[in-house]
Amino acid sequence: MRREPARGFVQHLPVIFPGLMLTIFFIVPFGTMVAVSFFRRQQGGFYVPDFVLANYARFLTPFFGNVLIFSLYLAIAVAVVSLIVAVPFTYLIARSRRQTQVIWLVALLSILSLSEVIIGFAWSTLLSRTAGITNLLVWLGLMQAPQALVPGFGAVLTGMVYQAMPYAVLVLYPSMVRLDPTLTEVARTLGASPLKAFFTVVLPALRTTLIATLIMAFIFALGSYLLPQILGRPSHWTLSVLITDQALYQSNMPFAAAMAVFLVLVSLALVSLTMFAGKKLEA
Amino acid sequence: MERFLSRLYLALVGIFLAAPIVVVTGVSFNEKQNLAFPPQGFSLHWFAQIFSDPEWLRALIASVLLAVTSAALAVVIALPLAWFLWRRVAPWAQVFQLLGVAPFTLPPVITALGFLTFWATSGFYGQPWTAVIAHAIFFVTLPLVTLTLGFSSIDRSLTEAAATMGADDRTVFRTVVLPLILPYVVSGYAFAFVLSLNEYIVAYMTIGFVRETLPIKVFNALRYGYTPTMAAVSVLFVAVTAAVFGLIARFGDLPRLMGAMSTKD
Repeated sequence: MRREPARGFVQHLPVIFPGLMLTIFFIVPFGTMVAVSFFRRQQGGFYVPDFVLANYARFLTPFFGNVLIFSLYLAIAVAVVSLIVAVPFTYLIARSRRQTQVIWLVALLSILSLSEVIIGFAWSTLLSRTAGITNLLVWLGLMQAPQALVPGFGAVLTGMVYQAMPYAVLVLYPSMVRLDPTLTEVARTLGASPLKAFFTVVLPALRTTLIATLIMAFIFALGSYLLPQILGRPSHWTLSVLITDQALYQSNMPFAAAMAVFLVLVSLALVSLTMFAGKKLEA
Repeated sequence: MERFLSRLYLALVGIFLAAPIVVVTGVSFNEKQNLAFPPQGFSLHWFAQIFSDPEWLRALIASVLLAVTSAALAVVIALPLAWFLWRRVAPWAQVFQLLGVAPFTLPPVITALGFLTFWATSGFYGQPWTAVIAHAIFFVTLPLVTLTLGFSSIDRSLTEAAATMGADDRTVFRTVVLPLILPYVVSGYAFAFVLSLNEYIVAYMTIGFVRETLPIKVFNALRYGYTPTMAAVSVLFVAVTAAVFGLIARFGDLPRLMGAMSTKD
């Protein structure tokens, strides 16, 4: 059965339901959100249709600027650390036996589906004074007294890397596992150490995937909402926290919507930048 | 040496990945109502409480219902679309594929806020089914990706043979395509189910003020009063998730599903 263009109503039937669902429940809500971002807020938590730029003008305040810069900084840190941990890890998994691969993949998928809430709770316990890893260090004689590592920037970073790393591994995995093993064998035969072969052959061959993974982890981290609240101080709150706070607790939907639109634009800009960079590298 | 170093690295990452799960499991066995680790005493009381305490039970039921229905809806949206894209030459329909992937790629708070404004504007805010639709759209990416992969793995000469023998489109789908695609339907459903079960922000923004799903309940418990029940719930969820993916690995080809090329070593 060859692929052929659909003719008539009946042959288009299968695409109608998915098309309608995605249009009504993705395009329309998205459009509503964009529209609300231009609406005028009224006292008491309501908003009226209008076309004002006041919601966007609020971006220019120092408070918002700080939150934005912190969000970007945190997302970059999370993306870079995740990649540094994930690349050798994925490489080693991809080189192992099929059975071992399956076990690691099941473990990663299980962690991937852990709720942010549970990750936050687990790490807040792990980094706490009473039940945390510092007790282990004291027991080993490496530390004087147990210490609380939460809330703090390190805790937020740890929790978010924990959350983003499985994603990074799963994005890297297809390219790593398909990588021709003769490439490294040749390098080894020509006298390169395993480490040198990894850095001079494997990594350059995968540069497009590496950049894609970095950006994906970045966008993922940019959207994190719960961990900065559970593991950080208010100064560690991200744009996503601010959006939710404005929408639900300050009842300022137009401002929340404006921030969300801004977040989309930043994400889209980064995605297109990656694709552009990827094309350039391939050329 | 080389072997030892790579084993060591894998072990260290393994410890990092396992540590939170170990702690949560330990806490869930505490005898008294505190979050001590290592656990003091041993009790399965907190696991029993999930099913005996009406509030936790209600949250559990709400979460499972949401996950079962929204994952089903996600598959119902993804299957005809993926089939159409595979069966027909229709470049314009790629737009819908892009739309299907978009919610999962953007920061989740965007989808959440989009639905919040949408349901508030249309007057349905707080209805339980709004969360079902929201999760179905949010997670439609997963069945869409597994099904697209599944269709691409079907040998077209099989369907061609069936058509030559006189089978119409419907018969070909039922007797040839569906059996081949079924594992991918199941795994797409499983992915959407598991992620919906654990999702917080979209559920919170759509129905959070009206009812609690388990992640919402755990977060509220985290804020307003710790109890080992939340640890017990977490352990339960991790176990269910690992079981689901373990089954996929047992009956399907997990490495291929995750992007490896060859079927067997």
